[in-house]
Amino acid sequence: MSTPSAGPRPSVFKRILPQLVILAVALALNVVVFPDFFHIDFRNGRLFGNLIDVLNRGAPVALLCIGMTLVIATKGIDLSVGAVMAIAGAVAASMVVEGHGWGTALLAAMAAGGLCGLWNGFLVAVLRIQPIVATLVLMVAGRGIAQLVTEGKILTFDNAGLIHLGAGTVAGVPTPILIWIALGALVTFVVRRTALGMLIEAIGINERSSRLAGINSRVLLVCVYLVSGLCAALAGVIVAADIKGADANNAGLWLELDAILAVVIGGNSLLGGRFSIVASLIGALIIQSVNSVILLSGLPPEFNLVIKALLILGILVIQSPRIGNYVYMLRASDIQPQPDRPKPIDHQEKEAAR
Amino acid sequence: MTLKTTLLASAIALAPVAALAADLTIGFSQIGSESGWRAAETTVTKQEAEKRGIDLKFADAQQKQENQIKAIRSFIAQGVDAILVAPVVATGWDEVLEEAADAEIPVVLLDRTVDADESLYLTAVTSDLVHEGKVAGEWLANEMAGEDCRIVELQGTTGSSPAIDRKAGFEQGIAGHDNLEIVRSQTGDFTRAQGKVVMESFLKAEGGENICALYAHNDDMAVGAIQAIKEAGLKPGEDIKIVAIDAVPDAHKAIAAGEMNATIELTPNMAGPALDALEAYLANGTEPAKWIQTESKLFTSADDNMAIFNMKKDLGY
Repeated sequence: MSTPSAGPRPSVFKRILPQLVILAVALALNVVVFPDFFHIDFRNGRLFGNLIDVLNRGAPVALLCIGMTLVIATKGIDLSVGAVMAIAGAVAASMVVEGHGWGTALLAAMAAGGLCGLWNGFLVAVLRIQPIVATLVLMVAGRGIAQLVTEGKILTFDNAGLIHLGAGTVAGVPTPILIWIALGALVTFVVRRTALGMLIEAIGINERSSRLAGINSRVLLVCVYLVSGLCAALAGVIVAADIKGADANNAGLWLELDAILAVVIGGNSLLGGRFSIVASLIGALIIQSVNSVILLSGLPPEFNLVIKALLILGILVIQSPRIGNYVYMLRASDIQPQPDRPKPIDHQEKEAAR
Repeated sequence: MTLKTTLLASAIALAPVAALAADLTIGFSQIGSESGWRAAETTVTKQEAEKRGIDLKFADAQQKQENQIKAIRSFIAQGVDAILVAPVVATGWDEVLEEAADAEIPVVLLDRTVDADESLYLTAVTSDLVHEGKVAGEWLANEMAGEDCRIVELQGTTGSSPAIDRKAGFEQGIAGHDNLEIVRSQTGDFTRAQGKVVMESFLKAEGGENICALYAHNDDMAVGAIQAIKEAGLKPGEDIKIVAIDAVPDAHKAIAAGEMNATIELTPNMAGPALDALEAYLANGTEPAKWIQTESKLFTSADDNMAIFNMKKDLGY
C-alpha cells in the first residue's frame, strides 16, 4: 500500500513484494525437502510436476480468497464459503446425475452459490447483522443443505464435461489453474479499472461517511457477498469435478479459514479498507506451498499440523507491524554507515578538517 | 398418553420380559458420512432397527466429537433405552460415558473402540481393524512372492483407531518379508479428495515407476488415488498394485475394471449384532462379551465383483 503518486505499476509491485518474498522462501523450503521440486515435464497430455500441483491444488482457496478479499475490504467476513462449496458441488452433481448437461449443472451451481451470497448480503446489508454472525448461519446450515441434496451419500457422476472443469486440461494446463487466474484477473480488472474498488475500500474504512458521501453502501455490500458466493460455488464445482463426486461432508471443509488466512497473508487488514486481490492470491499459493512442503517432507502425518502452524506463525510474525518497523530501522542503520543524525557531525568534521 | 405410561410402568413392574415387547427407543450417534461406507452403515442400522420395531433416534455429528458428546447428552436427557455410538476419535469419552452409566443407559460402541474403562460400555461391535490390515499385508506378500516392492501408504485420519490399527496390522502382515518396504506414509483423511492429492505428491516424490504398490486405509482414498495414478499416465492395478479396506461398491467396480487388486470387507452391518446383544441384555440381563468381532472377508478379481457391486449399490454407500 504505497502512495498513489508512485503510479500504478511500481506501487503494485511494492505492495506485493513481501508476499513474493515469502512465496519464494516457501518454494525454497520445498526445494530443500525435495530437490526436483521445479522439475516439470509433459506426461499423459498434461503438465506434470510439483509446481503444477501447487497451482492446481491451490485453486479452491485462490478462488475463495478473490471473493473473501472484497468482503474483508468492506470490514466484513464470510465464514460460509466452505459450506457454499459443498452446496454448489452437490447441486452440480445432482443435476448431471439427473441427466442435465454440464453447462446447465454449472449454471445451477452458480445460481445456488449466488443465492447463498445474496442471503448473506441481505443479512449483513439490510438486517445489519454483524458479518461474522450472519455468515455463521450458513456455515453451520450449509452442510446440512448439501447433504439434503446428495441424500447423505457421495454422489458420483461421469459427465465428461463437468469432470473436465476439475480434472481436465486445456493445452496441457489443468483447467482449475486457468479458471482461478482468469477470474482473479477479471475481478482485479473490474475493481481497479473502475471506481468500484475505491468505493469498496471507502465502505470498509468508514461506512457511515461513505454513505454520506453518496455511496450506495447497501447495494455494494450485497454485491461483495454475492461475488463471494459465486467464487465459492465455482470452487465447489471444481472440487466435486476433481474427484468425480460430490462429498457433502468434506468438500470445502475448513477452507473458509484457509481463505481468510490467504487474505491475511496477502497483507490485507481484517479491519477493512485498502485491499489487493493479487496479494491474496499469492497468499493462497503460499498456503499451498506450505501444504506441499508437508507432503513432500515424508514426515509422519502426526507432524502435519504442527509444521503448518509453525510456518504460518513465522509468516505472520514476519509480517507483523512491530517486526516490519524493526526491520526498517535495522536496514536504515545498516545500509548507511552514517544515518541521518550523525550526518551533520560528518560535515562538521569535514569542515573542521579543512 | 398417561394411560399408556401407566400401563407401561405396570408392565415393567409386573413382568420385566413383557416390557421388552413394548417399543424400544435407541439413540444412535453417527460420526457423519465422511465415506460411502459410513452412509451404508447408517442405512443398514436404520433397516435393522426398523426390522426389530425399534424407534431409532439418529444424530449426525459431522466429524466432530463435541457434537457426538452433545448428542449422547441429549439421548440421556430424553431417557432412551440404549445408545449406539460410532466414536469419531478414541480419547475423551470418559465423562459422557459415566453420565450414561449414572443414568443406567447401556452404551454399545459401533465399529470403533474408545480409550475408556471397559465397565463404561456394554460391548463394542467392531471388525478387528488390526486383522483387516494384516489380511491386506499378507495378500500383498503373497502377490509379490518375494519380488522387491516399494509400498506407499495412505493413512486414515491421524489419531483415529482405524488408522492406527490398520497401519499396525499391515506392518504385521508384511513383517518378515524383506522384499516389501513402506517408503512413504501420509494421511489422506479417509476422503477421496485428499487421497488423490496425497497420491499425486507420492507419485512425484518417489517417481511413479518406483512405486510398486499402494495400501490405502479405506477404499475411498484408493478411488481418489486411482484417478491420480491415471492422470500421471500409469495403469492402476497393473503398474501400481492397489489394496484397500472396506469393500465399498466403487471398489468392487474398480476391481472388476482391473484398476484395483484387492479389498477387505468391513461389513456395514454392525447394528445387527449390536441390537441382538442389546435386546438380550434388556430382556434378561444377559451380559454380552466385551467385544463382538465381525468377519473380514478378502475380495479380489477372482470374485464376481459386478454382482457384488449391484447388490451393494443401493445400500447407500
